[in-house]
Amino acid sequence: MNSVQYILGIESTAHTFGCGIASSEGKILSNVKSEYVPASGGIHPREASQHHAAKAAATISGALKEAGLRLNDIAAVAFSAGPGLGPCLRTGATVARTLSLVRKCPLVPVNHCIAHIEIGRLVTCEDDPLVVYVSGGNTIISAYAGGRYRVFGETLDIALGNCLDTFARHLGLPHPGVPKLEQLADGGKKFIPLPYVVKGQDVSYSGLLTMASRLASKCDMGDLSLSLLEVAYGMVAEVAERAIAHTEKGALLLTGGVARSKRLQRALSFVCSDHSARFHVVPPDLAGDNGGMIAWTGYLALKEGLTVPVESSYVNPNWRLDEVEVPWRR
Amino acid sequence: MAEMRLIKKGAEAELYLTDWMGLKAVLKRRIKKGYRNPDLDSYVRGSRTSNEAKLLSEARRLGVPTPVVYSVDKRNCEIVMSYIDAPPLKRFVDGMDPEGLALTFSRVGEMVGRLHRGGIVHGDLTTSNIIPYSGLLYLIDFGLGEHSSDIESRGVDIHLMRRALESSHHEVSSEAYLSFIEGYRGVMGDLSDPVLRRVDAIRRRGRYVDVNHRKEA
Repeated sequence: MNSVQYILGIESTAHTFGCGIASSEGKILSNVKSEYVPASGGIHPREASQHHAAKAAATISGALKEAGLRLNDIAAVAFSAGPGLGPCLRTGATVARTLSLVRKCPLVPVNHCIAHIEIGRLVTCEDDPLVVYVSGGNTIISAYAGGRYRVFGETLDIALGNCLDTFARHLGLPHPGVPKLEQLADGGKKFIPLPYVVKGQDVSYSGLLTMASRLASKCDMGDLSLSLLEVAYGMVAEVAERAIAHTEKGALLLTGGVARSKRLQRALSFVCSDHSARFHVVPPDLAGDNGGMIAWTGYLALKEGLTVPVESSYVNPNWRLDEVEVPWRR
Repeated sequence: MAEMRLIKKGAEAELYLTDWMGLKAVLKRRIKKGYRNPDLDSYVRGSRTSNEAKLLSEARRLGVPTPVVYSVDKRNCEIVMSYIDAPPLKRFVDGMDPEGLALTFSRVGEMVGRLHRGGIVHGDLTTSNIIPYSGLLYLIDFGLGEHSSDIESRGVDIHLMRRALESSHHEVSSEAYLSFIEGYRGVMGDLSDPVLRRVDAIRRRGRYVDVNHRKEA
């Protein structure tokens, strides 16, 4: 097949329902998303899935329109099959199955973490980087070896983004909390000791969150935010540095929602210059959860024939990154 | 201090070959990290230095071969210790025959078992931190270790070993891990059961990990 193919990707692992369209030439033609924002507290999985169901139709037609395409132009439908919140995944999968049945085209399940890596490789043109993937649900240091993305380090409990979001809510900061936390930190002066927990190549954030929340009423907010971010990002930078020394990769790719943090970018670019590695960040619109990354990764999988019949198109809320064969990297 | 020659620049520290009162020694210096807040950085480096010096000696008393600590300079984050002139286990694993692999990792498991029984966890078990030398396996790099007999800390220790095997030696990781567990169980006895259960639990935590490949429609 020589003509250009268009893949439609559906993302629905957590708070974002996204639909993106990628071409086989590696262009993201459109990337429309709708984000569920809880009235209070964190994500309620059922409410999030109801949001996704309500916004699906408009998001998909928006993406088609922006790309200047009709459903009949689509060669395959890709969807986030995990990891993520069960109800949210199931909503996205149902939408994707329906589109695939209506259009009579292949259905491609995509691992959400791999999509964050592949979109980064696509837009930075860096073939084989060490990946630092940080978001509300994941904190993973990964690199490709022997047919899979191997996990070199990860969190032992909660994700980096989860720790920062929860702390921001504890301070009463409105959504999205992390940029406001960073602003507060810019005004901080004094460093307050907080639990810095690195175990091997792994990190742990639950103790840090507990301690910082306890100190919230006793300390200056600027100082506390500064200390929390320095400790949290310092831990990621340290395990990233260990992984880059160990794997000897020539580049580091920062991806995931927390990749937008300038402070974290600074820390990691420091690490890279120490190890003569190139530093890349996924651009903000592609850093957070989006359908475009699912569409592009869906195309890579489609080329390898990794499609699935509708009747066995399961979702897997616990789908590990390192369980997935990535034959397109061979 | 005698003349020093840089022999290794790791992510965390620099190692220099030196002479200590006529003995061949290695000086380990934890270097400043520009990406960390200066106060945080000196705290992290200082506490790891004194931690490491203490645990290296305590581990040896438990029958785990480690370098002998000659001197500690907490302010400059330096430790001088005996030099073990051999490459790490990491370099040998992929060329091992199945018997050699089984024997080696069962001995690694016994060594970790002795450490845990003695109330210490290492905190960074990898094949880079084990050095086969003169018929013994030396354990190094105790900077992330701690005194603990918690099931959780022990479980994390084993989890780290398992993941190090999976990421660095994926072709032989399951065989090596099984032998490791056999050796560990041999020393820890019944104490190993809750720890190994916890290892599986750690894998299944909030990190979207799947042990049973559970699928949902």
